[in-house]
Amino acid sequence: MKAIEVVDLYKNYGDVEALRGLTFCVEQGELVTLLGVNGAGKSTTLKVLCGLVKPDGGRAEIYGYDVWKQRQKLKGIFAICPQETAIAPMLTVRENLEFICAVYGMEKEESGRAILEITRELGLCGVIGRRAGKLSGGYQRRLSIAMALITKPKVLYLDEPTLGLDVLSRRELWEIIEGLKGKVTVILTTHYMEEAEALSTRVAVMDAGHLVFCGTPCEMKEAAGCEGFEEAFVRLVRGEVQ
Amino acid sequence: MRMLAFCKRNLKEILRDPLNLAFGLGFSLVLLLLLSAIGASAPVPMFQLDQLAPGVTVFGLAFLTLFSATLMAKDRQSALFLRLYTTPMEGRDFILGYTLPLLPIGLMQGVICYLAAFCMGLPITLSVLLAVLMLLPIALLFIGMGLIFGSILTDKQAGGICGALITNLTAWLSGIWFDPAMVGGVFATIADVLPFSHGVDLVRLALAGDIGAMVPHLLVVLGYALVLLMLGGWIFVHRQEKAF
Repeated sequence: MKAIEVVDLYKNYGDVEALRGLTFCVEQGELVTLLGVNGAGKSTTLKVLCGLVKPDGGRAEIYGYDVWKQRQKLKGIFAICPQETAIAPMLTVRENLEFICAVYGMEKEESGRAILEITRELGLCGVIGRRAGKLSGGYQRRLSIAMALITKPKVLYLDEPTLGLDVLSRRELWEIIEGLKGKVTVILTTHYMEEAEALSTRVAVMDAGHLVFCGTPCEMKEAAGCEGFEEAFVRLVRGEVQ
Repeated sequence: MRMLAFCKRNLKEILRDPLNLAFGLGFSLVLLLLLSAIGASAPVPMFQLDQLAPGVTVFGLAFLTLFSATLMAKDRQSALFLRLYTTPMEGRDFILGYTLPLLPIGLMQGVICYLAAFCMGLPITLSVLLAVLMLLPIALLFIGMGLIFGSILTDKQAGGICGALITNLTAWLSGIWFDPAMVGGVFATIADVLPFSHGVDLVRLALAGDIGAMVPHLLVVLGYALVLLMLGGWIFVHRQEKAF
């Protein structure tokens, strides 16, 4: 079943063509990584999929709902974990989660259960009473993901979730993200090649606003004719692959 | 529920910042103590408690502009805002969420100032309740300015402009420490056109129990508050639509 379908998508910011005929689809439960150099159009793609910016052409749908025209219906179906940590720093971990539950109209009992569940899953029980702004970068990122997952969205966008984290925190987040496979449809953006290779069901390589490759990490290496994932990516975006 | 959740969050964000407490409350209390001490040794009518306390409570409300503008501006620059814009929250939830939590803060500022003034010798009368109540429309006026500045400035700019410009405008043009009519000319005209002196007169008259004389000042304050709140809300919604 298709969770996300993007067809011939265009978006311009003044003279800058951010998206130029982008087309791809994501099956339910897949984890697809958008790869591309800075300015390739990854963030714009996520903003369009979130209904934050209006596309200039083409269409993008989540479970058949148009991401712009029917964006109100989609609120609750998807969630985003933005690039920078999206938390309220003066609130505790529990208060941050309660806040998101209340924004989505969850009753107190329901939100209590959801908080218990998500803090256990993401290893936040030990810091639940601490102010979010005082947590380490790794815990802040976990909380940010917890805030995205607590309402049980069908689709989750993770925008560079491990950026700036130390190796251990990154590995711990990988385990969390790995655990989402099959349960939630995930679109991930990252600049870390090893992360994309380790986590992705498929990778979608973007360059100058359009797709240059979409397939499994193995297929990507095969297509580029090299053994290394990073080398394959470089060859694809440099246009060295026919 | 969405709006109340956002109000609760904003209230906590403001009250848990020690700088906000120091400026919002500490500064007003220091002014009250200092100027009433001057009033005790020199017979300046405006520094007598029945004139000074209402003035200081209005001056304290000027910090609401700073609180609302900096919180809004910080939020607008943060990733949390992007997250919230993908939730079921709508424009009115944001605007009311930034407005309503500041009202109890404004009232608390007033109550604490009057409690301090009682300790210093201000007679305890029922009209104090009316004076505190009249802080609400004035608070809305300052919050409206906060919505405007918070929608167009960065948090650093908002801190500078609201922390310096608005507090100074309130201090100079409100008639708290001196009567603008004594300066006369353009200064007095500007002071009369702007709402600050009307706010101070409104609360002074409320404390004196002169309800009839309050009405014209109340209308000016309410008029300004309504226009500023609507303008702030409109700017916020229109700028956010293009922010991403």
